[in-house]
Amino acid sequence: MPVIEIRELTKRFGPKLAVDSLSFDVRPGMVTGFLGPNGAGKSTTMRMIIGLDRPTAGRVTVNGRPYAEHPDPLRQVGALLEAKAVHTSRTARNHLRVLAATHGIPTSRVDEMIDLVGLTDVATKRAGGFSLGMGQRLGIASALLGEPSVLVLDEPVNGLDPEGVRWVRDLLKYKAAQGCTVFVSSHLMSEMAVTADHVIVIGRGRLLADSPTAEIIRSASSNRVTVRTPDAARLQTALAGPDVKVTTAGPDLLEVEGLASARIGEIALAERIVLHELVPQQASLEEAFMEMTADDVEFHATATSTGGPTRDRSRV
Amino acid sequence: MTAAVTSVPVSAPQPAPTRVRVTQARVIRSEWIKFRTLRSSWITLGAGVAGMVGIGLLISWATNNRWTHMDPIERLTFDPVNRSLTGAFLAQLAIGVLGVLTVTGEYGTGMIRSTLGAVPKRLPVLWAKLGVYAVVTFGAALVAAFASFLGGQALLGTHGVSLSAPDALRCVIGVALYLTVVGIFAAGLGFAIRNTAGGIATLFGLLLVLPGLARALPSSWQQWIVPYLPSEAGGNVFAVLRDPSTLAAWTGFAVFCLWAAAAVALGAWVLSHRDA
Repeated sequence: MPVIEIRELTKRFGPKLAVDSLSFDVRPGMVTGFLGPNGAGKSTTMRMIIGLDRPTAGRVTVNGRPYAEHPDPLRQVGALLEAKAVHTSRTARNHLRVLAATHGIPTSRVDEMIDLVGLTDVATKRAGGFSLGMGQRLGIASALLGEPSVLVLDEPVNGLDPEGVRWVRDLLKYKAAQGCTVFVSSHLMSEMAVTADHVIVIGRGRLLADSPTAEIIRSASSNRVTVRTPDAARLQTALAGPDVKVTTAGPDLLEVEGLASARIGEIALAERIVLHELVPQQASLEEAFMEMTADDVEFHATATSTGGPTRDRSRV
Repeated sequence: MTAAVTSVPVSAPQPAPTRVRVTQARVIRSEWIKFRTLRSSWITLGAGVAGMVGIGLLISWATNNRWTHMDPIERLTFDPVNRSLTGAFLAQLAIGVLGVLTVTGEYGTGMIRSTLGAVPKRLPVLWAKLGVYAVVTFGAALVAAFASFLGGQALLGTHGVSLSAPDALRCVIGVALYLTVVGIFAAGLGFAIRNTAGGIATLFGLLLVLPGLARALPSSWQQWIVPYLPSEAGGNVFAVLRDPSTLAAWTGFAVFCLWAAAAVALGAWVLSHRDA
């Protein structure tokens, strides 16, 4: 039974359609990643889940009701939407006490959360002086405050050090294993690839994909096989076909797109060509993502040669 | 900063506290914690009280000193009660600014998203904020009003009156009520405008600038406009001797309350209809 149900959800800001009749479910017991280029509508969708933004059309329910209709919202959903949704002049502990007081959550729980996220030493310091990472920890503490069964986190690892990133990953997986519903957006594809069991991809406010992470990676057309053989030229000819692309990567190394490794092995056997290596190269989630959203990015950067994991667009 | 990475990152399962839910009383408690955990609340409120009492004492002392030099008309229109409460005009600056800030401070810092995330029905936040701020302001203003009056009358010497003088007690409590409604007016505008500079400019535009502008109108129009302006109407509640063209004490105060109610209604509409 889905916990977050989004149906035909639409949000218009003036002339701009930020979310365009989006429908999907988020299910319990797993981490669901929420991906999309900048401006795709991820944050707006998350804000609509907890009622900060009012949908132009469509609806979103959590545990069967709109968020605002729950008598105990913090116990239903723990949300981290902006890094610092905190009054800068108030201390971290008092900030959490303010939130706890609305639900009658005891102060002992506040102190427990402060210890949990590792802010004990700075709990009585003004939140305005916090680093981005400390602000994220405070945001996570407030999300966990009501012991919610649903977590909605927008870029939770943003600004965290590697230790913090790992801590958040463990936390999300632990929560999911406990049966919680974990819905988390991130622009760090490598992070999502190891954290998310399921991903929802949107572009320009529309749904592009809603599948298990493994399936999304498998479906990426950039999956290829590298083959090492002393008889590269002959194998290249033997593999040629309408949907097959073979490139030479070295004197005895071929890169094959469009054929499964098993099929390549069979062809090589039939042609009596010796193979030294036959290695399927799985596309990364990032590659699958780039491929999926290539037409939907809001802000295209002009082509640049400055390093970074930019994908070779000529192959798309 | 150390993180408990090694331990399992979640507390041991606790028995679900079934009574965890939002109530109006709890939102009020939350707003009270908010108010008292900001140092600026106390500094601004303290400045307002000190300013009101200080000005009241200073002006009362000066009046007594200058008495023999005052012309007969000035002596005839002299209202000792109102004179000792003159500092209210200063106190309303502090109370107005703080009233706007209790709301716009949340919008400016992003705190409002945490607040409305916890209380997504939204309007309970507005009632709680107004309630907490009104009670705190009334308490502080009442202390300031009694101190101004008692100190001021003492410094006025033979020209002073006692609290049992006609209308004296009404004025002392009235000025505290006036300042409380200034605070409510300010917080209402804060919810409507969401921006500190805009909220403060609007508040003092209405309270201080509007009467001056209205006095530039033809005098035949003035009588229909000036007495109904917020500070003109509200100010009657702490004056004993009034210009006959002004409204009666409580009538004027009621008009002032209507202005504040309009600001609160606008704020409530904006809060419940606009995206946070």
